[in-house]
Amino acid sequence: MQFERRADVSVTLLVVAPLAAITVALLLCAGLIAAAGVSPITAYGEMLRGALGSRLSITETLTRAIPLIFTGLAAAVAFRARVWNIGGEGQFYIGALVTAGLGHSLFASLPAPIAISLLLAVSAICGALLLMAPVALRLRFGVDEVVVTLLMNFIVLLFVGLMVEGPLKDPMAFGWPQSVPVDPSLRLPRLVPRTRLHIGLLVALVAALTVWIVQARTVFGTEMRAAGLSPRAAAFAGIPLPRILMSVAFLSGGLAALAGSVEVLGPTGYVTTTMSPGFGYAGIVVAMLAALHPAGVVAAAIFIATVFVGADAMSRATGVPSFIADVIMSVSLLAMLTALLFTTYRIKR
Amino acid sequence: MSTTLDILASASLWAAVLRIATPLIFGVLGALICERAGVLNLGIEGIMTMGAMSGWLTVYWGGSLWFGLLAAALSGMAFGWLHAKLTVSLGLSQHVTGLGITLLAASLSYYLYRMWVQVGDLPPTITPFEPIRFPVLSDLPFLGEALFAQTAPTYLALAFVALTAWILARTPLGLAVRMAGENPHAVDAQGLNPLAIRTGAVMAGSALMAVGGAFLTMAAFNSFFPTMVQGRGWICIALVVFASWQPGKALIGALLFALFDAFQLRLQTAIPGAPYQLFLMAPYVLSILALVLVARRARVPEALMQPYRRGER
Repeated sequence: MQFERRADVSVTLLVVAPLAAITVALLLCAGLIAAAGVSPITAYGEMLRGALGSRLSITETLTRAIPLIFTGLAAAVAFRARVWNIGGEGQFYIGALVTAGLGHSLFASLPAPIAISLLLAVSAICGALLLMAPVALRLRFGVDEVVVTLLMNFIVLLFVGLMVEGPLKDPMAFGWPQSVPVDPSLRLPRLVPRTRLHIGLLVALVAALTVWIVQARTVFGTEMRAAGLSPRAAAFAGIPLPRILMSVAFLSGGLAALAGSVEVLGPTGYVTTTMSPGFGYAGIVVAMLAALHPAGVVAAAIFIATVFVGADAMSRATGVPSFIADVIMSVSLLAMLTALLFTTYRIKR
Repeated sequence: MSTTLDILASASLWAAVLRIATPLIFGVLGALICERAGVLNLGIEGIMTMGAMSGWLTVYWGGSLWFGLLAAALSGMAFGWLHAKLTVSLGLSQHVTGLGITLLAASLSYYLYRMWVQVGDLPPTITPFEPIRFPVLSDLPFLGEALFAQTAPTYLALAFVALTAWILARTPLGLAVRMAGENPHAVDAQGLNPLAIRTGAVMAGSALMAVGGAFLTMAAFNSFFPTMVQGRGWICIALVVFASWQPGKALIGALLFALFDAFQLRLQTAIPGAPYQLFLMAPYVLSILALVLVARRARVPEALMQPYRRGER
């Protein structure tokens, strides 16, 4: 098979690509569901009903999408500049841990809006530093940041375990390893009463809009894209590559940490070592399905959240293992990568 | 200090070193073969999980242990083929595709395990590989327990180090693999197909990775559970750099790493009260340090991570 580059990448193709990828993933996974002895039509029906069938389930799906929007933006921002941040999971946990640690008592005396803004900012900075370290190692020593950020995820998770079983352990939790809760006055208000949906959704949407504006309308956005497209040409054009990459790391690590911070301020209120079902890794899939576009990230995050919330409900109803959600997600990723290729290349006849 | 010496002087420590090193040896060899051919295979973490599951399941369903290892190798090969199709034939990003392979292989392992195996309060078990007793050798003091009371896959891993080193350095096949990783255009000019060579290398390497995973469920332990690979795949990727892509050094790296790991496990019981997480962090910290120390000196295969498209530079 021979490929040739398309003259230009059409927007239509970029919109069709994720839809095609998702369709392929759902078709392939239908085979796995059938192998479990359940009709795929029934199973997918249950998934839709479980994720979008009622007011409550829709708010639950949107709640699940909030951290995915943040981690998706984190991956999208980084990947565009070819900073391979696979450490979203670790940055998420650092954000959550800092928020719970400072929000328990230290910041509780401040007025709530100020305290919450400070918590978000400090968490984001900690997450940013966590990613700037490996990017600095790459710039200074040529160490591949993929492996370092992956390994750091394990270190951070162990550190969180150490904290929630030690200094930050909640004495009221009957021995469960969970952190002290943030002060109730600092919890984010609910968006819809009597559901878990909180105003973190608006914060996430504002973040997506901000990233969009930065990427499309600022010099820094152009420099970021240039650094990703061709580092050598960018350096030749006088763009200070190290500074741009560190700024990208700051932005990306900060966004991923916000996911953890908002998750603690919103639905959970405290930190456990199992609070993330892989939000950091799922963010990578979200970013790729979005073709790295901020608006696409919001849509892709809602799709992935639908799959996960729906799969839980479907698993309870039919007995198909809920791991099917992870399979659907990973097949979508691989299908999307393939589809993206055909938006930039065509098969030569 | 005396604790340290006591620990180092025990034969059981050295027996543990070889045991802990075995999955790493298989994994690092697999990753090394892929990378020498020019393909970074970040599917390793998932492929090891798939190997652990499929090998275990084959034995659970009544197959022999060796048949289980073969099944694991075949499952690894299948995912290696997929990784090669996407990164070699289509030239997709090796970073993101590898992660996709890891997510897919791991989640598929968990899904199939849940679908086919009834898990009660405790995960079901199999009869794993038993340590081999050698006449005379196994009865030697110290050395007998440290070196000659391992399971068969451990000796197989050591044999594969020698085999890989020999093939890469001394055979036409090895030369072709190395050329595909250094200069695929030259391979093409020789009338060989660089895409086919890369695909074959990735499949062979992935088979070894999967066997490394299978060691966990079929020798080190006797059941399968999610997340049991615990980042060993990523550690192998770091070890390849540490070994600057040489099989012999890869063996040394894996052994050093395992020594450290076995040591911290014993230190953990010797120093009660210190948080156990600190000890568990050590291997990951060590891997990052190793990467930083050697990164500047490492001689990376010239065409690593560069897709080859005929007629395109």
